[in-house]
Amino acid sequence: MSMNSKVPDGEIKDKWTKYKDTINLVNPANKRNIDVIVVGTGLAGGSASATLAELGYNVKAFCYQDSPRRAHSIAAQGGINAAKNYQGDGDSTYRLFYDTVKGGDYRSREANVHRLAEVSANIIDQCVAQGVPFARDYGGLLDNRSFGGVLVSRTFYAKGQTGQQLLLGAYSAMNRQIARGKIKMYNRHEMLDVVIVDGKARGIIARNLVTGEIERHSAHAVVLASGGYGNVYFLSTNAMGSNVTAGWKAHKKGAYFANPCYTQIHPTCIPRSGDYQSKLTLMSESLRNDGRIWVPKHKKDVEAIKSGEIKAVDIKEEDRDYYLERRYPAFGNLVPRDVASRAAKERCDAGYGVNQTGEAVYLDFSSAINRYGKEQALLKGLDVNNEKTVADLGKDIVKSKYGNLFQMYEKIVDENPYETPMMIYPAVHYTMGGIWVDYNLMTTVPGLYAIGEANFSDHGANRLGASALMQGLADGYFVLPYTIGDYLSDDIRTGPISIDSKEFDEAEKTVVDTLNKLINNKGVNSVDYYHKKLGKIMWDKCGMARTEKGLKEAMTEIKNLREDFWKNVSVPGEVNELNTELEKAGRVADFLELGELFAKDALDRNESCGGHFREEYSTPEGEAERDDKNFSYVSAWEYKGEPSKAELHKEALNFENIEVKVRSYK
Amino acid sequence: MNLNLKIWRQKSNSDKGKIVDYPISNVSEHMSFLEMLDVLNEGLISKGEEPVAFDHDCREGICGMCSLYINGEAHGPDRGVTTCQLHMRKFKDGDTIYIEPFRATALPVIKDLIVDRSSFDRIQQAGGFVSVNTSGNTQDANAIPIRKENADLAFDAATCIGCAACVATCKNASAMLYVSAKVSQFALLPQGEVEAKERVINMVNKMDEEGFGNCTNTGACEVECPKGISLDNIARMNREFLSANIKK
Ligand SMILES: Cc1cc2nc3c(=O)[nH]c(=O)nc-3n(C[C@H](O)[C@H](O)[C@H](O)COP(=O)(O)OP(=O)(O)OC[C@H]3O[C@@H](n4cnc5c(N)ncnc54)[C@H](O)[C@@H]3O)c2cc1C
Ligand code: SF4
Ligand code: FES
Repeated sequence: MSMNSKVPDGEIKDKWTKYKDTINLVNPANKRNIDVIVVGTGLAGGSASATLAELGYNVKAFCYQDSPRRAHSIAAQGGINAAKNYQGDGDSTYRLFYDTVKGGDYRSREANVHRLAEVSANIIDQCVAQGVPFARDYGGLLDNRSFGGVLVSRTFYAKGQTGQQLLLGAYSAMNRQIARGKIKMYNRHEMLDVVIVDGKARGIIARNLVTGEIERHSAHAVVLASGGYGNVYFLSTNAMGSNVTAGWKAHKKGAYFANPCYTQIHPTCIPRSGDYQSKLTLMSESLRNDGRIWVPKHKKDVEAIKSGEIKAVDIKEEDRDYYLERRYPAFGNLVPRDVASRAAKERCDAGYGVNQTGEAVYLDFSSAINRYGKEQALLKGLDVNNEKTVADLGKDIVKSKYGNLFQMYEKIVDENPYETPMMIYPAVHYTMGGIWVDYNLMTTVPGLYAIGEANFSDHGANRLGASALMQGLADGYFVLPYTIGDYLSDDIRTGPISIDSKEFDEAEKTVVDTLNKLINNKGVNSVDYYHKKLGKIMWDKCGMARTEKGLKEAMTEIKNLREDFWKNVSVPGEVNELNTELEKAGRVADFLELGELFAKDALDRNESCGGHFREEYSTPEGEAERDDKNFSYVSAWEYKGEPSKAELHKEALNFENIEVKVRSYK
Repeated sequence: MNLNLKIWRQKSNSDKGKIVDYPISNVSEHMSFLEMLDVLNEGLISKGEEPVAFDHDCREGICGMCSLYINGEAHGPDRGVTTCQLHMRKFKDGDTIYIEPFRATALPVIKDLIVDRSSFDRIQQAGGFVSVNTSGNTQDANAIPIRKENADLAFDAATCIGCAACVATCKNASAMLYVSAKVSQFALLPQGEVEAKERVINMVNKMDEEGFGNCTNTGACEVECPKGISLDNIARMNREFLSANIKK
């Protein structure tokens, strides 16, 4: 069956405006009689909750942390894109649209991406009005930086804490509505199922994580804003609690899961150090504005570094291989993430990795320090040939731009990145795949919406830097509030949804049974034991390079691991108390199902596109080979009792406003 | 290295709680403090015992979820870091490490090392926002130029992660540093001006109501704050509060 994305007719640039002009609205008095559940309080859920409440709906918002402010969006570092063209460097809505579609390797839906680009500028206005302290120049105006895969400077930022500042903005907007009683906030609550009544999403089952109580919550519509599923790899840059549970439960209740295999492996993360490692830390992509990536040209230097005879700074300029600049002269260090990650893997696989594990490359700031230092020395009338003066001045500038990232690096690695190059390696970072949604952001279950990283919609097979924050806020502030109204206009006479129905009974029973099963299992292995094993299968066989053989093995291995989990997992403690192991167990159980679908999806897609790289489909130089003739579609999977039995539905992707080309950054 | 951990265990809020000894061996200096606790917990689980409950999420010093009072210091012995960023290289073989929850009347223990910080949210709900609609009908962002100096100071104040180390450290359990950070952010920006008076009064009143103590300017909070939130913010809030009350 092919999917109906409900994209409105008309010219791409008019679609959204016309859509807004013609949809059904709910009048303010009626909004008071309508309840909306929002699962998640990150940029997507936080902004949606605040706006829906402000419009007059009664919002119930949920998060598993102890405060909405702690959602994983808080960790975003580098910035947020918007087509403001403040720099006068030729940016426009079209260009942002174009870059995003191209960056996504022509695997996203044109109409959604265009809408995203259209509302992007407004996000910045909105956030500034809320008091978000973006970086400014000395004239008092907003500053921009560049991110990978584009040729303009359109990224707004707040040092290395952009996500924090944007989320605190959304959090403050939520607080205003919480104070007015329009949002009821449920902290430390985890959604464990969605409840469907007469074919429509009408509520959720949630566990109060403090008391362990199972609660029923009803509403006229349910919005999932539960973030990405990168933790299926165990090690990722995501927060420890990030999970797929909300999305996966929805999938099992009829929401199709789209493109699960599109994962972003971010090129600049701190390399792993040992088995005890619990997560990986990102070094923002913004660092690639000023940092140059290299490995030694000669193996003898690699060996000398490993044995400690020499240090990175001892290697002469001509003996360094700035491999991104070499391979991609047009974009250099600012190629998109998928390209940069694969290039690092290529060098390390060839034996040029610079740490003990052989999985690290250098990110070097010495050129930038020198360049900035000279500029400052000139401005200040100091001696540009005095190395120390120049270095000190240069370091100050670098510090003002990336200070907190450098500090973070030093705390973790115990090396000073102002003096010696950073070591970095790719790590799992973001999931472009997610719950399938139409133009309205509605899933295949009526009344069930998915926004932010939880949906699949805007980034195709690869996301450009600084675009996730843009998408989260666009969905929450400016898109969903319209589209959901169109749906809810049918519900003005429905009245409150009862929680005493057989649908709620059944959903609650499933949840309770699963929790009891986990607690009573009394097996021999901890939850982390399984999570780590799953992570290893995913990384080795569904990671940066995938093969048919590996993916087939992965499917079998994950299935076996899942069976073993249900036989042998051990979850201490009780159901009716705060129980962190039980929380983890439920999440890992869902990852063990998603992982298999992930591999199945990757196996089905016989091409390389964006973050999905199949070794069989690559050029002799190692560049990805996309197959537009056969794979220009979104894979939307329908649950059929087992991940391996999922049924594929295709949404054809038509490009009418952009010429589909081989993506080249050379 | 080998360590002797002394950890606060408390089954629930109504339980009395006590320190329990946990010797641990083979700790690598490259581990983070929380990874060391992960290893301890794996060991406990394999013996069928209940793991130690502690709050954490981002593990990179930004979400403010982790806490812990380590050897009498909020977020442990290192400066400018949260517990999740603390590394075992700050300890040495044979050390005894006391691990306790953040303690204050306004931060009751939920279980083991987990405390309830919802009072922090309620203070924000009392006024930590600019009352602007999120409908998108706002003026162009560059229509309000802001002096870089003020923008930077506002940013610095806004980097507070709401961890409550300042409260746990303060002998009066005062939340002044936390509250003043938000008040300062908006006091430094034109967007915050309109509601400045109500904001500071409401937030300060809420803070008192929640049972936080008075500030006696010991400055301990600034020292232990993982984000380097400056005492200047408290001074600024005091000025704002005073002038708001005069104008009242
Ligand atoms: C380290 C890092 C840096 C990044 N930097 C950038 C950047 O510079 N620019 C950029 O554009 N993007 C960046 N990203 C990506 C971006 O931060 C995320 O994609 C985005 O913030 C996701 O927002 P969200 O609202 O969809 O979900 P999240 O912020 O992940 O929020 C998920 C919410 O759902 C809740 N939740 C989840 N499951 C449940 C459940 N079962 N029950 C109840 N609640 C639940 C959580 O409590 C949370 O509130 C970065 C990501 C990482 C990891
Ligand atoms: S002021 Fe510092 S110590 Fe207090 S809550 Fe904020 S970040 Fe934590
Ligand atoms: S776990 Fe997020 S700040 Fe420590």
